[in-house]
Parts: sequence; structure tokens; C-alpha cells
Amino acid sequence: MLKFLAFAGMILLAPLYFKGGYLMNVLVFVGIHTMLAIGLNLLLGYAGQISLGHAGFFGLGAYLSGVLTATYGWNPWLAMPLAALMVGALAFAIGFPILKLKGHYLAMATLGMGIIIYIVFNETVELTGGPSGLSGIPNLAVGSLTFDSDVKNYYLIWSFTLVTILLTLNLANSRVGRALRAVHDSEVAARVMGVNARLLKVQIFALSALISSIAGSLYAHTMTFVSPASFGFNFSVELLTMVVIGGLGSIYGSFLGAALLTLLPEFLRAAQDYDIIIYGGLLMLMVMFMPGGLVRGVPDLFRKLLKKGGANHA
Amino acid sequence: MQFDQLLQYTLSGLSTGAIYALIGIGFSIIYNATGIINFAQGEFVMLGGMLTLFFLEALKLPLWAAIPCAVAASTVAGLLFERLAIRPLRQPTPINLVIITIGGSILIRGLSMLLWGKDTHAIPPFSGDDPIAIGGATILPQHLWILAITVIIVAANRFYFYHTISGKAMRACAYNRRAAGLVGIDVRRMVLFSFIISSAMGSIAGIIVAPLTMTAYDVGVMLGLKGFCAAIIGGMSSGLATVVGGLLLGVLESLGAGLISSGYKDAIAFIILLLILFIRPQGLFGKAESERV
Repeated sequence: MLKFLAFAGMILLAPLYFKGGYLMNVLVFVGIHTMLAIGLNLLLGYAGQISLGHAGFFGLGAYLSGVLTATYGWNPWLAMPLAALMVGALAFAIGFPILKLKGHYLAMATLGMGIIIYIVFNETVELTGGPSGLSGIPNLAVGSLTFDSDVKNYYLIWSFTLVTILLTLNLANSRVGRALRAVHDSEVAARVMGVNARLLKVQIFALSALISSIAGSLYAHTMTFVSPASFGFNFSVELLTMVVIGGLGSIYGSFLGAALLTLLPEFLRAAQDYDIIIYGGLLMLMVMFMPGGLVRGVPDLFRKLLKKGGANHA
Repeated sequence: MQFDQLLQYTLSGLSTGAIYALIGIGFSIIYNATGIINFAQGEFVMLGGMLTLFFLEALKLPLWAAIPCAVAASTVAGLLFERLAIRPLRQPTPINLVIITIGGSILIRGLSMLLWGKDTHAIPPFSGDDPIAIGGATILPQHLWILAITVIIVAANRFYFYHTISGKAMRACAYNRRAAGLVGIDVRRMVLFSFIISSAMGSIAGIIVAPLTMTAYDVGVMLGLKGFCAAIIGGMSSGLATVVGGLLLGVLESLGAGLISSGYKDAIAFIILLLILFIRPQGLFGKAESERV
């Protein structure tokens, strides 16, 4: 809890240090990406089930919110939970057949699902605007306070993200979290111990889709514009990279991975086209040399270095 | 619906289907030898086309010389990929293997983009482009090249797996890796072989399709996924079942694009993929009939 309070404090005070400016806008994205990475991490890191289609759920949230508010004039605060429930229900329904699959097959099936969703965004032109996108999505507002600047959005997004972190930390340390880890280590053993592994996997898949959908709605309302290009296969891979780099099964690791991968391209502006190579290289190097991600890998590295140092002294 | 049109869609579907079949067999060979689904498979298809173009334009080689060079170079890439990325992996869990092959595919794609840019290129057809009339439909000479080369490769594959020592050793690995090791088969070498064969096959598929569909640094993604669909329909067999799977997929896709909507063409393949995975994960023809090598 102390860790969380310190983290929350750091996040809430960060704008004082950065004083607005362009970086605030990037930090808003760090928040959205953190939510998405946490959603995927619940599935991948805790339950051990891969998904290469999470960009699809993110996109569904964004488009449902976007279409309901921009085209049908709904209240955004009503559209967001409705979108989340719909996406969660969809994931719950798909979850039963899809999570029967394991390993590589699950990866391919979720990938296929993501691509189908992406194609639907592109082809239902009269609803989504097709490849040219959907514009005119309103900002979120509370009373007379409209979230239309980077600083306001920063607090809006990060309050959602912090709540997500708190809830998922809670979940991870609860009975459900332990059951998930048991499924991860050995599904058979977990079932023998009375865990309904199948239902649990589907539930966590739905929850993770629901979180992605909320992140999508927030994205739509902060950007006020969405287009299919943001929700393709590459973004699913980017999310996967965030989770793997940060560390599977670590909530703060997801923040670390999201922050790193969101900030990195900003610092590599000159290397615009190279970022994809860097993702690919990072993914491979992390899996090969630091399979635990940064959260576990870096402390391990220090320990090893210290040990070596100690050995030399003796 | 005109019969001519139907024939046209079916014929062009068969030739794309042949390409999917070749790529799919590449997936199956690696899967059976190692249990890995190589997400980078499509990138070798792309490398085949792009390297042919490179040898043609940068080194001014004639087409007949550029093609073998491109296949050789892609095969070396496959070999390096296995040695540098797959073999050193310390924890080869399925998730790690998925992630590392995805990482590899992004890296290969990114490097190709750096080297050759983002433009789409065409490779000249192997023997002119005068259309040939069949019934009421027309096909190009390149379609015949695709079908002929596919038949030759599938036959060569069969010969290798059933009539050579190394092919038989690879089948042994597919049945039981530990038992294969016990009778003196160098399993790690067989894994390397499987990557060599499937990257060579992938690159050939990429080369023969390039004159029809053009090639670019990013064509590997879709072609690779379609090839995987073919392999899934065929139950991950490296024999005829996957060929049938590829042809079926090609024809369904072509008919779907022609009769329903071309925008949803790619979705058709993935819907078939999901349906097969949900209902018959062992493939359309069941395990008993498909050869798992």
C-alpha cells in the first residue's frame, strides 16, 4: 500500500515538474498505455494466456464511445461504461472457445480475432468512417469542467489508471490472483485443487478486454479522433512488448514497460522509422537475456555484479 | 452468376492457394520438428521477393541467376535466425517462443524497410504476360509457373521425407524427439534443417507470387498468416493435407472476394481459421489421415 501511495504521489506531482508543455501530452499516453499493459498483463503474466488481439478490444472501446457520442449524441459518461460492458461481454463469449486453445494456437487465434476486428473498422464505412477515421468526438466533461487541455487530461487519465492499478493489485493478491497463478504454473494442478480453470481464464480475458475498452474510450475522448490505423496488429505487438519488457506478472512492471515504450519514440524522433526495429530487437533481447523483464532483471543484474565485486575483494 | 466468372475466380484462387500451401508446409515442417509456430515464416516469403529484386536491380543479374541467389540468401537468413534466436533461448516456453519469433519477424521486416524502402515493387514475370484462354476464363503464364513449381516442390518434399536418411530422421524427430535422440539422431541439427527447408520454401513462394501481386517490405505478414491458415486446415501436416488446405483457402477467398465483397477478402481467411481452431483443431481431415511431418 505504501508503495502505491508513493507511486500515486509521484504521478500526481509530476505535472508540477514538467509544467505543461509537450511532454504532458506524452505522459497522457503513458497513462493510457499503462492501463492497456496492465489489462494484458493480467491475462499474460498472471493467467499465462497470450493474446495478440488486444488492440482490437482497445479499438472497440474507442469506436463504441466515439460513434455513440459523436454520431448519436450520447453522454460520454454513459457511453463509456456501456462500451466497456459490451466489449467485456463480447470477450466473455469469445473467451470460451478461444481459451480452450493453448500456446501457439491461442496466439494465432487471438491474432486472427484482432485482424477481423481491424478489418471491420475499415469496412463499415458508414458507421466508422472507414480508413479516414471518425472525428468530432467530444471531450469528457464534469459540470462546467471540460477535459480539453493536456494537464486536465493528464489528471483525468491518471485517475483512471491509478484506480486500475489499485484494483488489479488487490485482485492479484486475492484468492483470484492466487488461483490465476496456479493456472499459470499448472492448469491440471489448479483444477485438482478445485479451481474452475476454464471459467477463471474466460473471466480474466473478459476483465482484461473491459480494461482495454475503458482505455479505448478515454483515448477517443482525449484525441477526439480515431482511425483504424491505431488499432492494428502492430499495436497489439507493441502492447505485448510493453508487458514483456516491464515484466510478466508485475503491475508496476507494466507501468515501466508502457512508460519506456511510449517515451522511447519521443526521444528517438530523428529515428522515426527505426522504432519498429528497436521494438523487434528489444523483444528478442529481453526474452533471451532477461526473461523476467526489467522489474526482476535489473535487480538480478545488480545482485550478480555485487557478488562478482565481492568475490574479487576476497 | 456466370459460369465463366466462377471459373475465373476458381482458377486465380487455385494459384494463390498454391502459394498459401507452400508457406503452410513451411510452418508445418518447423512445427513438427520443434513444436514451434514460427511467426517469422512470412518474412522469409517477403525476403524471397525482395532479394530477387535486389539481385535483379542492384547487381544486374539475369532473372534465372537472381532467383537461386535470392533463395540461397533467404535460406542463410533462416539458418541465422535459428542459430542466433531460437537455439540460445534459455527458457523455451511456448509464450517465449511466440514472442521471440514475433520479435524476429519485426526485426527482419524493419531491416528490409531500411534497406529497400517502403515502395512496392514488381518482378518481371518468368515468361511474358500474354493471357491464356481456358474455357471462358483467362490465366497468365505466371499462374502456370506457380502451379508447376508447387507440384515440383511438394513432390521433392515427399521424396526427401520418405526416401532419404535425413528426411526419415526428421520424421523420427516429429514423432518423438527424445526417442530420435536415443537412436543417434542429432535432434538439434534436424531443427536447424527444418528452419533451412522452410525458409527456402517460403522464399520460393515469395518469388513465384511476386510477379502477380507485387512485393514490398510488409507483404510477409498477410502471406504468412494465410499460410498458417492453410497449415491449420491441413492439421499441420507437411504433405497433401496442407496443400488441399491452401488450395481450399485460396479458392474460398477468391470466390468470397468476387461474390461477396473484396474488402472482407482477408477477413474470410481469418474467420475460416477461427472456425477450424474452434471446431476441428486437429485439421479438416483429422489426425489419422494427415502425415505429421
